[in-house]
Amino acid sequence: MSVGAPRALASSGQKPITEILHPLSAAEEPLSVTVGGDKEVALTNGTPVETSSPASTSSLFNRLQLDDDLEADVRDPYADSTEMRDLFVTVDDPKKHVSTMETYITYRVSTKTSRVEFDLPEYCVRRRYQDFDWLRIKLEDSQPTHLIPPLPEKFVMKGVVDRFSEEFVETRMKALDKFLKRVADHPVLSFNPHLTAFLTVKDLNKRQGLALLSKVGESVKHVAGGYKLRARPAEFCAMGEYLDTFNQKLGTIDRIAQRILKEQSEYLTELREYGGVYSSWVGSEEELRRPLEGVAGCVTTSCGALEDLGDNMSLDFLPVLREYVLYLESIKNVLRKRDQSQAEYEGRLEAAILRKQEDRTPMPLEVEKCQDKVECFNADLKADWERWQSNKRHDFKQLLTGMADRNINSYEKSQAAWESLITLLQDKQTEDKTSETN
Amino acid sequence: MAEDGRDESVAADDDSQHTAEDGRNGLNNTMVEESPTLLRRMEICVAEAEKRSGKNAVNMQETFTVYLIETRPMDALAEGRNPAPDSLWRRYSEFELLRNYLLVSFPYIVVPPLPEKRAEFVWHKLSADNMDPDFVERRRVGLENFLLRVASHPVLSNDKILHHFLTEEHSWKEVVYETGFQAKADSRLKALSATFRVRNPDKRFMDMKHYSDELQSHTSQLLRARARVADRLYGVYKVHGNYGRVFSEWSAIEREMGDGLQSAGHHMDAYAASIDDILEEEEHYADQLKEYLFYAEALRAVCRKHELTQFELEMATQDLISKKQQHEELSTGIVRTFSFKGMTNKLFGQEAPEQREARLKLLEELIEEGEEAVKDKTVECEEHVEKAWVDVQRFKEQKDKDLREALINYAVMQVSMCKKGIQMWSNAKECFLKM
Repeated sequence: MSVGAPRALASSGQKPITEILHPLSAAEEPLSVTVGGDKEVALTNGTPVETSSPASTSSLFNRLQLDDDLEADVRDPYADSTEMRDLFVTVDDPKKHVSTMETYITYRVSTKTSRVEFDLPEYCVRRRYQDFDWLRIKLEDSQPTHLIPPLPEKFVMKGVVDRFSEEFVETRMKALDKFLKRVADHPVLSFNPHLTAFLTVKDLNKRQGLALLSKVGESVKHVAGGYKLRARPAEFCAMGEYLDTFNQKLGTIDRIAQRILKEQSEYLTELREYGGVYSSWVGSEEELRRPLEGVAGCVTTSCGALEDLGDNMSLDFLPVLREYVLYLESIKNVLRKRDQSQAEYEGRLEAAILRKQEDRTPMPLEVEKCQDKVECFNADLKADWERWQSNKRHDFKQLLTGMADRNINSYEKSQAAWESLITLLQDKQTEDKTSETN
Repeated sequence: MAEDGRDESVAADDDSQHTAEDGRNGLNNTMVEESPTLLRRMEICVAEAEKRSGKNAVNMQETFTVYLIETRPMDALAEGRNPAPDSLWRRYSEFELLRNYLLVSFPYIVVPPLPEKRAEFVWHKLSADNMDPDFVERRRVGLENFLLRVASHPVLSNDKILHHFLTEEHSWKEVVYETGFQAKADSRLKALSATFRVRNPDKRFMDMKHYSDELQSHTSQLLRARARVADRLYGVYKVHGNYGRVFSEWSAIEREMGDGLQSAGHHMDAYAASIDDILEEEEHYADQLKEYLFYAEALRAVCRKHELTQFELEMATQDLISKKQQHEELSTGIVRTFSFKGMTNKLFGQEAPEQREARLKLLEELIEEGEEAVKDKTVECEEHVEKAWVDVQRFKEQKDKDLREALINYAVMQVSMCKKGIQMWSNAKECFLKM
C-alpha cells in the first residue's frame, strides 16, 4: 500500500462542495492555511476564497456563492443597519409563579419580525429557564456545527444563593436576553424552527414533551464511533490553544474581580466606622461642629458611592465573565465534534482506499457524505469563529469600559462631596474674617 | 487662615491650588505675623537630621538621631541680607528636657507637645521603626513645629532657658539643671490626691478637664480608625495591580485587542502604585491630629495644677480655722468640739498656767504663719486661675483654627485622591476603547 495517510483537510472556506478537488484526485494541492481572520485564502489555482463572516441575516445560500459581495463590518457586527435585521427579541418582566408543586420565575419574551417564517409580525410569550434550556439543547442537537451561545448557570445552591432575590433574577434575565439576542442575530441559528417555536408557541410544554423523545435519537446521530483523529488542521489547533489560554485568563480575571470586591467591602466597613468617629466628636465641640459634621457627611457619601460600585460589579461584571467561560466550554465541545467528524471521514476513507485497491469498487457514498459533513463543519465553524471573535471583542470592550466608567463615577461622586465641603468651609472662613474686621 | 489677603486668594483660586502644603505654611505665617514674640526677632528652623553614635548613661554604645537647629536674626533678613545661620545640634531627649522645664516653670500654660517618641497608630505597611527615614523626617518637622509654637507663645517665648536652648549647644544642660526646676515639680501622688479631695474647684476648669478627656478620646479613636482605613485602602489599590499582569498575558493571544489591553494593563499598574504617595501625604494629617492628642494632655495638666493649688488653699484655710479654734478653746476654756486635750483636762485637771500661756503663744505664732500661708496660697491660686484662663482661651482659639485648617486640608487631599483615581481610570478607559 503506497498511498500515504489521507491528508487532513485544510480549511477551505466557503467554496461550494463541487469545486473542491477531491484529495484522491490527481493534482496535489497544497492549500494555504490561515488562522481565521481577514486574510485572503487562495487555492493554488488562484481562486480566492471569502473568509470573512457574513454579518447580514440573509440566508445560508449566500455563503456558498463566492460572487456575493458581502458587505460585512467584521469589526462590529452590532453596527448592522437596522434595515438589514428583521428579527428583534427581548426578554423582560420577570414574574413569580407559585403553584402547589413548585415556585418558579417566568419572563416575557417579545418578538418583532418581518420574516415570512413567522405568521404574525409580533409575538409575546412567557417562558421559564427550563424552556430556554430546552431551546439550547435543541439548537445544539440540530446545529452541531455551529457555536451556540451559553445560558446562565442552571443550578444554584439553595441556601447559598436566593433564587428569588431581585439581584439574582435580574442578572439571570439579562443573561437570557443576551442569549436570545445572540441566537436571533446568528445567520443560521435564527432560522431554526425550534427558535421559531420558542418565540411563538403559547404553551411550550407540549412540544417539549414530544421533543424530549426525539432528542435522544438525534444526539446519537452525531456520535462518531471511536475514530481517532490523526492531525487537527493548524487553524483549529490554534483555536483550541486560544480557547485554553483565554479560559485561563478569564478565570484569573474573575478571581481578581472577586478579590477586589472583598477588599472593597472590608474597606467600606472600616470607612463607615471612621465616619462615625467624626460624628461622635461633634458633641464636644462648638466651632469645629460644622467641619466635623461636613467630613462625616463626605465620608458617608463616599461609602454610598463605593457600595454602588460593588453592587454594580457583582451584577454586571462577574456574570458576563462567567458566561464567557461557559461559552468557551461549548465551543471546545464543538471543536471536539469537528475532530470526531474529521476522524470518521478519514477512517472511512482509509478503509475505502484499501478496498478500492483490492477490488476496484467506486468510492462509497458514505465516504462522500462524510467528506461533505467535514467540509460543512469546517466552514460553519470558521464562519462562526470569526463572528464569535468579533462579538467577543465588542463584549469585552463594553465590559471593561463599563468597569472603568463605574470606577470613575464612584470617584466623581466622592470628589463632588469633598469639593462642596471645602467651598462651604472656606466661605464661612471669609465670612468670619469680614465680620471680625467690621 | 491668617490675613485677609491670603483668604481672598484662597477663595478666588481654583481648589486644586490649595494644597496641604499651603495649609502648613499658613500656620507658620500666622505664628510669625500675629505674635510679638521671639519668632518675630528670629527665624528658627530644624533643618536636618543625622545619625550619631555614642555612649549613653550606662556606658553602652547606642545610635541616636540629632537634629540641626538653625537660627537667623529677622532684622537681617528684613534688610535683605542673607547671613549664614547660627546652628547647633540637639537630640530628642534634650527637647524633652526643655519641655519638662517649661511644664514645671509655667504650670498655667498649655505647653505645646513634642512629636511622638515612638511611632504609634501605624498602618501596617508603614514602618514603626524609629530609625526609618520617613519617621525621622516627620519627627524633624514635628520638632520644628514645637519650637515655632513655643517661640511664638506670648509667655513662653521670653524664657531665657529657651533662648539658651537655641543658641548654646554645650552648656545648656547644666544651666537647665541649675534652675532647680526638678525640685519644683509636683509629685504625682500629691497631684492625684488633690484631684480626689479638692472640694470647690473652679467650674470652668472642671469643664476644661472634661473637655480635655473628650479631645483625647476622640483624637485617639480617629487615629486608630484612620490607620485601619489606610490599611484596607492599600489592599484595594494593590489588588488592581494584578489586572496589569493578566491584561498583559491576555494581550499576547489577541490580535486587534492586544495593544489596547497591554496599555490598559500599564495604567492598572500605575493605579496600584499611586496609593503609596496618597497615604504618605495623609500621614501629615495624622501628625496634626496627634499634636492635638498630646495637647489634650497638656490642657489636662493645667487643670490639675488648678486642682492642686485650690486644694492646697483649702488645706491651708482648714488648718488656719483649726488652729484658731484651738486657740479659742484654750483661751476661753469652752470646748466646742471634742478633743483629747479637752478630755484629759477634764479627767486629769487642767494644766498649769505657764504651760497654757506657752501654748497660747505658740498657737498665736502658728496662726500668724497660717494666715500668711492662706494669703500666699490664695494669691497663688488666684494668679494661676487668672493666667491659666487666659492661656486656655488662647489655646482654644488656636485649636479651633488649626483643626479646622487640618480638616479642610484633609478634604483637599481627598479631592486630590479622587482626581488621581479618575485620571487613571480614564486612561485605562481610553485604552479599552481602542481595543
